[in-house]
Amino acid sequence: MSVYVNKDTKVVVQGITGSQGLFHTKQMLEYGTKVVAGTNPGKGGTEVEGVPVFNTVSEAVAKTGANVSIIYVPPAFAADAIVEAVDAEVDLVICITEGIPVLDMVKVKRYMEGKKTRLIGPNCPGVITPEETKIGIMPGYIHKKGHVGIVSRSGTLTYEAVHQLSEANIGQSTAVGIGGDPVNGTNFIDVLKAFNEDDDTYAVIMIGEIGGNAEEEAAKWIHENMDKPAIGFIGGQTAPPGKRMGHAGAIVSGGQGTAAAKIETLNSYGIKVADTPAVIGETLISVLKEKGIYEKCLVD
Amino acid sequence: MNIHEYQGKDLLRQYGVPVPNGKVAFTVDEAVKAAESLDSKVKVVKAQIHAGGRGKAGGVKLAKSLDEVRTYAEELLGKTLVTHQTGPEGKEVKRLLIEEGSDIKSEYYIGLVLDRDSSRIVMMGSEEGGTEIEEVAAKTPEKIFKETIDPAIGLLPFQAKRLAFNINIPTELVNKAAKFMIGLYNVFIEKDCSIAEINPLVTTGDGQVIALDAKLNFDDNALYRHPEILELRDLAEEDEKEIEASKYDLNYTALDGNIGMMVNGAGLAMATMDIIKFYGGEPANFLDVGGGATAEKVTAAFKIILSDPNVKGIVVNIFGGIMKCDDIATGVIQATKEVGLEIPLVVRLEGTNVELGKKLLNESGLNITAAESMADAAQKIVSLVK
Repeated sequence: MSVYVNKDTKVVVQGITGSQGLFHTKQMLEYGTKVVAGTNPGKGGTEVEGVPVFNTVSEAVAKTGANVSIIYVPPAFAADAIVEAVDAEVDLVICITEGIPVLDMVKVKRYMEGKKTRLIGPNCPGVITPEETKIGIMPGYIHKKGHVGIVSRSGTLTYEAVHQLSEANIGQSTAVGIGGDPVNGTNFIDVLKAFNEDDDTYAVIMIGEIGGNAEEEAAKWIHENMDKPAIGFIGGQTAPPGKRMGHAGAIVSGGQGTAAAKIETLNSYGIKVADTPAVIGETLISVLKEKGIYEKCLVD
Repeated sequence: MNIHEYQGKDLLRQYGVPVPNGKVAFTVDEAVKAAESLDSKVKVVKAQIHAGGRGKAGGVKLAKSLDEVRTYAEELLGKTLVTHQTGPEGKEVKRLLIEEGSDIKSEYYIGLVLDRDSSRIVMMGSEEGGTEIEEVAAKTPEKIFKETIDPAIGLLPFQAKRLAFNINIPTELVNKAAKFMIGLYNVFIEKDCSIAEINPLVTTGDGQVIALDAKLNFDDNALYRHPEILELRDLAEEDEKEIEASKYDLNYTALDGNIGMMVNGAGLAMATMDIIKFYGGEPANFLDVGGGATAEKVTAAFKIILSDPNVKGIVVNIFGGIMKCDDIATGVIQATKEVGLEIPLVVRLEGTNVELGKKLLNESGLNITAAESMADAAQKIVSLVK
């Protein structure tokens, strides 16, 4: 098992003919992901890397049975693309696009209320279930199949954590990048719930950063509901107030959203926090040993 | 993106939000001329810089005559104003707003901002006008009232009136206040603001509801559809290195330390800052080269880092996923040759084509210290700059 995506997931790529979409479609196919369709309004009927292209998402879904969409379209058109995928009733939309205007996302979230589709992102690296499917832009080869779930607001920092785990022979069940924007589709708690219910996930790493209070709420949820060990890392401990650290969501404003406050909250709920990004793997391993599940998490 | 108060008030005026009559002045003569054209007895001379706290720092003056306007304009233009938001170096005043004085009865606060929990825009109000809202939130949170706005139908009149009543705006002025709030909301939505703060909003002796100050910030990601807002950008108010970085689509923020840093990905860049500090160093900047960095971008990034005289060493931390390590190595070598690096450089590469990348660096003959991990890179650069 795994969360959200697995080897049977059928993917439609929105924006498959663009340079990003094309490049990552190749990478995903190479990894073994079942990319069954692409879309580009006007290029329906053509093929890209052997994948049929359709004019609309609903047509792609009807003809190929795609149940997950991944979006690589430019920011100005991305909100429309998300809504199109929701309208086509796919189970999951993963939006990679960075730089979507906040007010566009406010409208998208409003539109999605009561709809069956889940959105992951935007501004995220995607989702990977190692050795089954990779739906995103992460380097596939650093991952190993296993039992640690990872949820993160940052892309490259997730790679760092995954790399440390794989080097230590600890595999991953699924890694989910929820993205660094202030308005996103799926939050920490959504993913933690999914990991908690997944029989193949034995422990979880949550990688957060400054801004907002999502990490604090997730920590409370873990404390009250999670029956698996979890550890955390919070990026931006040294970020000065009022300066935006790359991600639109990563800003300390009015004393809110500081790393120190987040770490304190996590600790107060009994969640260990890695002191530096270099010891995320070590910190998890120490907890796995403490709980007596280290051997179970090793890759055979 | 930030704009000046006078520019914000111009925008508000276009949306029917009442503001005092006023004009911008770049010189002392312009200031006096602007004052001549205003009706009120008292004129306000306001320094225009992109920072709050101007009043306390002596950047706002009340002039009772044209002579006083001249005196204050002479004093303020060219003066470096230090407020709690400018940092210790302060900001030089290059523009003034000359405005009609208002007969203030009461001061209030009105602000619009994104609420991350509900993913909606929230209008906040308080009767504690003139005080920073963060301070009100900390000391008397019961005095802040909020209305969450449904993007499908916008701010409704009943919500605006409810907020006005809650913050104790006199009953006879509630309709005017509600109209003011709806106008402000329309500016926020139509111009893609990230923050719109009126502090203070005032009621006057003659029964007006007016924005005495205006702070509008805009969502950088939406500027592509607002060329009219982009025209208001004042480059003199921004860090030169940050302007240069934005030309190359680099995410750069200047900091106070002496270790320059180049990383791919915002999260990893933040974490690299943290680990440098953990080992006793101080980062000179935050720099995310992004996912699709080319040799050209890497070169530009290096030049920007080196243009900061405080930088005593550079650390490069790249986790190449889609970005290939050999491309990064090529960029680093090219940049180093072009710029002539005389300070220590530590490079940590991991990910796609890492062996090839390391080989290129080793064979370049350049004085580059290789690091095996993030921790190793941080420790090495910290000890090299000491």
